Amino acid sequence: MELRVNNEIHEVDVEPEMPLLWVIRDILNLKGTKFACGISQCGACTVHIDGEPVRSCSYPASAAQGKEITTIEGISLDASHPVQQAWVKHQVPQCGYCQSGQIMAAVSLLEKKARPTDADINAAMTNICRCGTYKRIRDAIHDVAGNTAENTLAYEA
Amino acid sequence: MNKQFNSSRRKFMLTSAAISGGFALGLQLPAKAQDAVSGNDINIWVQINPDDTVTIKYARCEMGQGSMTSAPQIVADELDASWDQVRIEYVDVNEHFRMDRAWGAMVTVGSQTIRNSQEYLRNAGASARAMLVAAAASEWGVPASEINVSNGVISHAISGRESGFGALAAAAAEQAVPETVTLKDPADWHIIGQSKPRVDIPPSVDGSQVYGVDVELPGMVYASMATSPVFGGSVISFDATKALTRKGIIDVVAIDGIAVAVVADNWWRANKALEEVEIQWDTKGNGEVSNETILAQFNESLAAPDAAPMPNNAGDADQALANAEQVLEADYFTPFLSHSPMEPMGATVRITGERVDIWASTQSPEGLVGEMVNALGVEEENVYAHRVQAGGGFGRRGGSSDYARAAALIAAELPDGTPVKMLWTREEDTQHDFYRPLAMYRLKGGLDANGMITGWKARIASGSILNQMRGAPLRGGVDFTAVEGFTQLPYNIPDQFQDFKLTPTHVPLGFWRTVGWSQTPFAREQFIDELAVAAGEDPFHFRLKHMAEDELSRHILEKVAEAIGWDETPAAGLYRGIATTEPYGSYTAAAVELSVNDAGVINIHRIVQGINTGHMVNPDNVIAQLEGATVWAISAAMWGEINIDQGKVQESNFHDYRLLRMAQMPVIDTVLEATGGFWGGVGEPGQAPILPAFCNAIAAATGTRVRSLPLKHHGFSLA
Ligand code: FES
Ligand code: FES
Repeated sequence: MELRVNNEIHEVDVEPEMPLLWVIRDILNLKGTKFACGISQCGACTVHIDGEPVRSCSYPASAAQGKEITTIEGISLDASHPVQQAWVKHQVPQCGYCQSGQIMAAVSLLEKKARPTDADINAAMTNICRCGTYKRIRDAIHDVAGNTAENTLAYEA
Repeated sequence: MNKQFNSSRRKFMLTSAAISGGFALGLQLPAKAQDAVSGNDINIWVQINPDDTVTIKYARCEMGQGSMTSAPQIVADELDASWDQVRIEYVDVNEHFRMDRAWGAMVTVGSQTIRNSQEYLRNAGASARAMLVAAAASEWGVPASEINVSNGVISHAISGRESGFGALAAAAAEQAVPETVTLKDPADWHIIGQSKPRVDIPPSVDGSQVYGVDVELPGMVYASMATSPVFGGSVISFDATKALTRKGIIDVVAIDGIAVAVVADNWWRANKALEEVEIQWDTKGNGEVSNETILAQFNESLAAPDAAPMPNNAGDADQALANAEQVLEADYFTPFLSHSPMEPMGATVRITGERVDIWASTQSPEGLVGEMVNALGVEEENVYAHRVQAGGGFGRRGGSSDYARAAALIAAELPDGTPVKMLWTREEDTQHDFYRPLAMYRLKGGLDANGMITGWKARIASGSILNQMRGAPLRGGVDFTAVEGFTQLPYNIPDQFQDFKLTPTHVPLGFWRTVGWSQTPFAREQFIDELAVAAGEDPFHFRLKHMAEDELSRHILEKVAEAIGWDETPAAGLYRGIATTEPYGSYTAAAVELSVNDAGVINIHRIVQGINTGHMVNPDNVIAQLEGATVWAISAAMWGEINIDQGKVQESNFHDYRLLRMAQMPVIDTVLEATGGFWGGVGEPGQAPILPAFCNAIAAATGTRVRSLPLKHHGFSLA
């Protein structure tokens, strides 16, 4: 089947029911998208399909044909996306394993709503972070949005 | 130490200098390598490069706890480097073993990285600095005492001479290693104590960070495995006929007689096929173990006449209780818990002749190497454990390297040189952990007419991690990890008696973030509140009046009380709880402010979390660790439990092992104290006071004293 990932067309020979996550990771060798639960619970595997955040562990590859798939590797070439920059500025990641998924969810939220409220963030950011980085994720999203109350930083620029 | 050792060390020096075009500077080495190399000219921690950059080696692991940044900060400070010129590199594990473990411990557990390496890291930086100064002195013909080093610049004010590090590196490497160095006064630190951005963060935002699960090698095959669902069980037989007909399946193998693995050309295919392997399991007599049988066993332990008394017992607790005005007694229960780091267990192993290469997220490179030696019978120095970031550790990857062993045994079944990546499903990960021990506590306390605690007894019933995982005999019959929190009360109680009753089950036990301190404060600090209530006193002031002799415990407790405004009445409907702990060499306290509605819905308004680490290397990272530890504790408090039925774990994935998410993230304010004089831990201590402070607040709000976890079983939910 033919898949369009990060603006590139890939011809892959896989079972139609193979989850998109495993095609991305093991066939296309894009390792930024992570496996953590496999049952659509945690969001570590979040990618965009036609701009919508999708948990790729539970999304058959065949259903993605003809659609535009974007992974963490595709949102910028040099970590220059404002969300990525805010993640560094706020020192969000701990182990980092969930953060590709968190960033993909945040990018999508901000594309839909440039100035999200706390309630919007709660509704859109349902990914699990075992390290517990939620406060900084929230601060970083507010920072990108220009919601200024939260912008004070404890570390040096 | 023998000659071979010295020659390999020399070779290392030449190689590393040749590779980098720079020079490794010298000094004392940790542990036993120290004797072997005194007077030698290598500093294994600091390398100065011709372009003025400084490469600082990092020996431990990184899993988000931040010490890959903070440990090198310590070296850079004593070196008087500028942080901008510092590059950080992992120590190569194989080189470490070949050099008789010259870099000390690599294992990254127990909040020990900074505490246990700060001294040799400071020495490394200071010694390298002294050698640069000596080189400048001889080159410029001036006394070393007149030379200043600051921010990566070596200067002599009188002559106006000045140099970067790079230009003097070669000459510095020729200098004698100083016998002793004077370490800085903490007041002069300029990199220690600064919130330097973590070096492992940038790759975590663009998908380029490499975790164990991300390793990809030419010719790689993939494996998924199923271990006996009943702990201690084994494989009687398996039928892989159907699985072998599926696309891409390469092999189906039994591992250690306790698990079956399917190997395929991609992981998804291996895992799908595994579902079709029919496995007959032998439960080895553990098929009847359940929550009920375990609870009965623990209740027996609480009353058992024979238990191991603890060394800190003092006075006559029974007599004190008999004389007390009021006596309280309560039992507390904390369940088994799984680690559930976001990256499931897995490892990649390639065996090529005598050589073994392994890539695995770990907290213990030593454990990985040891497991390869055990599983495959290879020589330690032929094991190459490659460095990767761990997708969370929390203790799971520091004790047993069972997952690495499994991958090695699969690799051993494959043609020589074939790399295999073995990865567990989340279900396998949840059900084959080394769990936080289930423990019960029976506490007795006596109060006199002045509301002072005069007598105290504690019975701790728990399995033993040390005994079960390591087969270690228990000193005096007590597992110190199970009783931490009770070994040295911060409260001045003249007559106290505490003992430990070993209560083994078939459930594997392991070090779970904060270990004993993750659970003992739930009992201790709630019981202190129970005593305060019985005495008719405020829980904060009740604690203080028993802490006359413990300055540091008082200090952090007072700071936290001040930050939450303890002595001012909270707004209507809000209630507070407070607790104090002294884990991992640090002092931590927490206060929680919340409301609870009639339906039992808890709304956490604010958590104040305080820590005194003595010296503090990277404050922002300490804040991050406190935030994370709080999330960890609230998840455990609300929902955390691993249930056993028919010998197996009932929970399997995040739908039934629930973790806190963004919408329920409480507001956390942190209080950082660095009073100096000691080096305390950071990663684990933060959690310790949260649980009891939270439950004390719930008791204040509702009158319900929750003595067993999780809270969901008591009609509580989180807003
Ligand atoms: S791995 Fe897809 S949601 Fe968890
Ligand atoms: S940063 Fe570790 S799981 Fe989110």
